Amino acid sequence: MNRLTLITAQIAIAVIAILFWQVVSTTSLIGEPQKIAFFFSTPLAVAKQIVAWFAEGSIWYHLWITLIEAILSFVIGALAAVIIGFWFARQPRLAAVFDPYIKGANALPRVVLAPIFTLWFGLGIWSKVALGFTLVFFIVFFNVYQGVREVSGTVLANARMLGMNERQLLRHVYLPSALSWVFSSLHTSVGFAVVGAVVGEYLGSAGGLGYLIQQAEGVFDVAGVFAGMFVLAAFVILIDWLVTLAERRLLIWRAGPGETTK
Amino acid sequence: MPPLTVAKNQGAQQSAPAIRFDAVEISFQLPKGRSYHAVAATDLSLAEHEFVAIVGPTGCGKSTLLNAAAGLLKPAAGAVFAFGQRLDALNRHAGYLFQQDALMPWKTALENVAIGLEVAGTPKREAQERARAWLAKVGLLPFAERYPHMLSGGQRKRVGLAQVLIRDPRVILMDEPFGPLDAQTRLIMGDLLLQLWSADRKAVMFVTHDLEEAIALADRVIIMSAGPAARIIGDYPIPLPRPRDMAEIKLAPAFHGLHREIWGVLKTEVLRGYAQHEQAAS
Repeated sequence: MNRLTLITAQIAIAVIAILFWQVVSTTSLIGEPQKIAFFFSTPLAVAKQIVAWFAEGSIWYHLWITLIEAILSFVIGALAAVIIGFWFARQPRLAAVFDPYIKGANALPRVVLAPIFTLWFGLGIWSKVALGFTLVFFIVFFNVYQGVREVSGTVLANARMLGMNERQLLRHVYLPSALSWVFSSLHTSVGFAVVGAVVGEYLGSAGGLGYLIQQAEGVFDVAGVFAGMFVLAAFVILIDWLVTLAERRLLIWRAGPGETTK
Repeated sequence: MPPLTVAKNQGAQQSAPAIRFDAVEISFQLPKGRSYHAVAATDLSLAEHEFVAIVGPTGCGKSTLLNAAAGLLKPAAGAVFAFGQRLDALNRHAGYLFQQDALMPWKTALENVAIGLEVAGTPKREAQERARAWLAKVGLLPFAERYPHMLSGGQRKRVGLAQVLIRDPRVILMDEPFGPLDAQTRLIMGDLLLQLWSADRKAVMFVTHDLEEAIALADRVIIMSAGPAARIIGDYPIPLPRPRDMAEIKLAPAFHGLHREIWGVLKTEVLRGYAQHEQAAS
């Protein structure tokens, strides 16, 4: 399938879905249009809401809040995870001691932490950053840990024979190997940073996309809920696309899925 | 045991051998407190400027011996000496060309070659310039900016060769470096190795399971028995003239004579070795 037909097909899906939605919510094809419109709103109403948000400019503020929260939780979470993951991987005894606690903390559903974070950090962005942090940290942590442990023994022996000391091994062998694992999990960890931000906003905040959706739900403004979800989806797709660009740049040395490495 | 051949350019002064194994024994710890006796007490001496090939059946402990010479592995008994000094850490005089891919996949060919100089304190620009010169020597200058996965197996070996030789090691250890390559590429790599080696004739310890390759390359061929408790069962000087051509030398009558002689012994000794092991096992 070439690029043009692919994009045409992708757009066709949206067009068909929206048309179907419009037809069932305005005609009596399936049931009473008023009832259906009450539960599902209509594409036109949702579009009007989105246009209104962008026209009056209020949406930018919420997008900005969510973006800042996601970026902060990703950067802080990833940084902490790289440092601690490295440290643990190089100190197997330390890792063994902390192993049950790390696994336990990772198994905890993060939503239950949200009220506590609100208590600790207030209703502002930092309680959302904390929630995102707990999601991003573990993904990156496990990848760094694995990346350091799975360095090829031959590459390591070769680096030693080339005269590298411990510090140089860290910089030229362990770190690139660990980062390659982090980069290949970039989609997941960035996605979770956004999830953390939105869920945090949803559970209590004064701004952001999650707040917007929660406010609309509070007054049964179904068009507002759907509009919020569409903006959020577009936002996530945009971020994912940026991650793909970053990934291509950072993992240029890696063989693509179609190529062989041997 | 004195070295059987002494290279012409060694000079009058009797320098210490590049590598000397003194009753080296190597064992590996296995689970449940057992151990595997890989190499039995071995004496071996590699003179400076000497090209020695070690041949033996797969799994006979050739690579183990090489790792001991590199200082990557501690012998269970005996000692390894490098230029007269007892080895208790990595052998800093040695360059090691591994059998498997050992290039750093996240560095380009150029960066992989330059890194050995950079970590030794050479300024980055100078290191890269010299790396370029080495890539030219192994015929890979146009591929300098490529990452290892974009290179063929033979090209990766060339980069590996440049990576090792740029540091100007006094001893070169090679562990079946051309093992994974196809026959034609092996011949070309052998010629390249001989050509680079002839410039300053470093001491080389070359492990292979290919007797033809060993005779074509080396000054001296060592035959090892099959493991466990592998030992040296033959030591043959190869008085073929240099410079050699990998493909042509195999047509020379002298080559055939040597091959027949060594193979005869290798075959019977290896078979005898197997019989001994079977006896020991029963």
